[in-house]
Amino acid sequence: MIGDWLDIGPISQIEAGTARTLPVEGGEEIAVFHTMRNEFFALLNKCPHKQGPLSQGIVHGDVVTCPLHNWNISLRNGKALGDDEGCVPTIPLKVDAGRIYLLRSAVVGGGVTAPEQNRAAA
Amino acid sequence: MNAPMNFEKGDLPGQTRERLVVIGNGMAGCRAVEEILARDPERFDVTIFGAEPRVNYNRIMLSPVLAGEKTFDEIVINTQEWYEENSITLISGDKVDHIDREAMTVIAASGRVEPYDKLLIATGSDPFIIPVPGKDLEGVVTFRDLDDVDKMLDAAGKGGNAVVIGGGLLGLEAAHGLSLRGMKVTVIHLMPTLMERQLDEAAGWLLKTELERRGQTILTGANTKEILGEGGKVAGVLLEDGTEIPADIVVMAVGIRPATGLAKTAGLDVERGIMVDDHMVTSDPAILSVGECVQHRGMCYGLVAPLWEMCRALADFVTESPSGYEGSITSTKLKVSGIDVFSAGDFSGGEGCEDIVMRDAARGVYKRVIVKENKVLGAVLYGDTADGSWYFDLMKKGDDVSDIREALIFGQAFASGGALADPNAAVAALSDDAEICGCNGVSKGTVVKCIEGGAHSLDAVRGTCKASASCGSCTGLVESLLALTLGGEVESGPKTMCKCTSFTHDDVRKHIVEKQLREMPQIMQELHWTTPDGCASCRPALNYYLLCAWPGEYEDDQKSRFVNERMHANIQKDGTYSVVPRMWGGLTNPTELRAIADVVEKYDAPMVKVTGGQRLDIFGIKKEDLPAVWADLNAAGMVSGHAYGKSLRTVKTCVGSEWCRFGTQDSTGLGVKIERMTWGSWMPHKFKIAVSGCPRNCAEATIKDFGVVCVDSGYELHIAGNGGIKVRATDLLCKVETEEEALDVCAAFIQLYREEAHYLERTAPWVERVGLDYVKDKLAEEGAIETYAARFRYSQQFMQDDPWAKRAAGERKDLHAHIATVRPLEMEKA
Repeated sequence: MIGDWLDIGPISQIEAGTARTLPVEGGEEIAVFHTMRNEFFALLNKCPHKQGPLSQGIVHGDVVTCPLHNWNISLRNGKALGDDEGCVPTIPLKVDAGRIYLLRSAVVGGGVTAPEQNRAAA
Repeated sequence: MNAPMNFEKGDLPGQTRERLVVIGNGMAGCRAVEEILARDPERFDVTIFGAEPRVNYNRIMLSPVLAGEKTFDEIVINTQEWYEENSITLISGDKVDHIDREAMTVIAASGRVEPYDKLLIATGSDPFIIPVPGKDLEGVVTFRDLDDVDKMLDAAGKGGNAVVIGGGLLGLEAAHGLSLRGMKVTVIHLMPTLMERQLDEAAGWLLKTELERRGQTILTGANTKEILGEGGKVAGVLLEDGTEIPADIVVMAVGIRPATGLAKTAGLDVERGIMVDDHMVTSDPAILSVGECVQHRGMCYGLVAPLWEMCRALADFVTESPSGYEGSITSTKLKVSGIDVFSAGDFSGGEGCEDIVMRDAARGVYKRVIVKENKVLGAVLYGDTADGSWYFDLMKKGDDVSDIREALIFGQAFASGGALADPNAAVAALSDDAEICGCNGVSKGTVVKCIEGGAHSLDAVRGTCKASASCGSCTGLVESLLALTLGGEVESGPKTMCKCTSFTHDDVRKHIVEKQLREMPQIMQELHWTTPDGCASCRPALNYYLLCAWPGEYEDDQKSRFVNERMHANIQKDGTYSVVPRMWGGLTNPTELRAIADVVEKYDAPMVKVTGGQRLDIFGIKKEDLPAVWADLNAAGMVSGHAYGKSLRTVKTCVGSEWCRFGTQDSTGLGVKIERMTWGSWMPHKFKIAVSGCPRNCAEATIKDFGVVCVDSGYELHIAGNGGIKVRATDLLCKVETEEEALDVCAAFIQLYREEAHYLERTAPWVERVGLDYVKDKLAEEGAIETYAARFRYSQQFMQDDPWAKRAAGERKDLHAHIATVRPLEMEKA
């Protein structure tokens, strides 16, 4: 039986302020972030600009700065911040009893893209 | 001790009152009963089962009992008289084992059967025990009830070492108590920040510093591997990294878990907690539940305030005036005397959230209020928590704070001052002799006179009357005075380091040395950073400044490094890396070349290129393969070329007098010596060196950061050249006669650049900014060359440690390995 949530291991495997990667066979690689404020996020590991590996960027607050051209990407919804435009799909994530779970359908399906206009909902 | 305490029921048999049975004689269970009695004292016959052999007491006050600030009697909530007066049957010390929902009875361990019309489960929570070897040893205790406190007091009476696992609220309170009782306490915390669920990094750091000042040892980012024993009794704790800490008692305070076992076996809906609706009713309409054991709208609570709110909703419902519980917004205070910590709401930030930060280094205060769409979303306060309840109130009510936005962070007294809520108006109302800058004793009158005298920017004021030049906490006041005095004429001063601070790079560097700031959160606190944890601009800069100021002491923060410096290779546009091994002075040999050729074939590198710095660049290496590639290169004697760093890159040489018919000196030999001396050093930016054997300058030494041009009579030393976007030929610094002198001047110049340039400033713009004469004068001072060179060489002792070798040996494996690989099931079938 396939559960809805995929257990990808303990929170301690990702140092706070960094990210680690999770390749998906036949799909897109995922970057799982652990912020300095102890939140966890999962995004596809590619910047909407030139596909830079976001997992290798500097994490500050809930933002990652892409290592290739310094685009700032919100970890919360994958959107490019500031004057840049673009959005990277995210993967719903939950932490339970010290373990990280990703929504299986999004892992296999290449993530979920935030709606164009969600300012009011945010 | 198992004898149930029975009190006679007030009514005689034949009564028609409903029977309410409560499982759990704790804070939630008793409070629910109190709330019901207050609404309808005649409705129920109440029976309470309690597992602990005592009356109901205030569990959250166990910390003061441990600390010796209160006695048990002082924290009792409901005395025996209360049970008697309200005709409640208390069955203490007899645990309920089973609920028979069909017969509507509960069965206790003693065999006692109690029928119910309504059942209330208030079993609370159990401490979470981390499943490590040794967890069952004698001397490993939790911090949940009075028995635990007794065990800790018993251990403390004998003195010795205590280890507390868990740096959350409960763990720190336990540590405080044991410390006051005379034990030597070590706190082990898995996360990098103490109380990370309530505090951000900045506040967590202040708390850690204060606890360390009080003599506790705080280990963050520490993972417990095993609890060590001796003859069945605890003897110490072994961490994942191999550290061993002696312990006479180990307190596990890593968290709590809703106690749902009884509900689960009874077949009630249970997820993390017992599922309840807004009236605290479980999936069985006859069974209610409140407290830490429940899950309401997806939330489980471990604090007392939500309990009270749940109990009110429950009592309203069972007395037939349902109100409904809608979840709680919680706030936290740490009960450690002399340390004021407050936290409420959401402080994780997010889209549209704005941080308002105020720091007062002199008083050890950090305040952060999170505002979104003109509403307070959360607050973290350290050192001054007087306004905590005010922020909490604003937050719960969802008040619009746009009118008091500017003054919000200064607290209620200031913000509610009407017109004074405008900080400019407040500053205008100050008298001329009011002190603006406490550090330098500057009054308002003096600052205004200084502005009128021509200081039209913050920096000019700092330079003239010294106001705001030290800790910077009065920067806002000085900016107000500039605005008031000059209207729109305020000039922006030199660029600040980044948007997180009002200080320039120079100011920050100066303060790091003068105030002996040794850690990043310390700089941010002392210099009043306006963000909680900096940004992608200031973090790498501060990391470098600290590394430069405290060689051998400061621990490099990998999280504050750009990817190339963290991975020790150059990231390419496709996310792979290029690897450049060091070739001293551009020299190589068959062993090195063979090793490089083997790596290229073994790892299928699509391209190898000769670089401008006279070495080979291997392209297309995956991050997972880097450690193996480095191991192979190390085996052939090669080390990191630092082609990726703000550091010494290459020393380019020509063949020199050994081969060249024009050569005047051994330029290759000197180049190798310079590279051996300088490799591995971190700099404000990349740094390139070249040595040419004669003025024909085949090594292009006059467009390098440091260039040597050999002549018959010695060595011309050039500085601050650049071959990049803006080509700049070097300036001649000086001429020396011997190789030793050339090496010393090189070391001294590099150290001056390391200590004084701004982060990400190459030598060319630096020298243009400060002037060539400044650099010459600095190095011409009596003994300057020796002093700077000695500081450089001291620092190099800690830097010349090949980072590739460490990674190849397994350090930081997590940076190179994937967490796992997902192989979807659909694919496995195919």
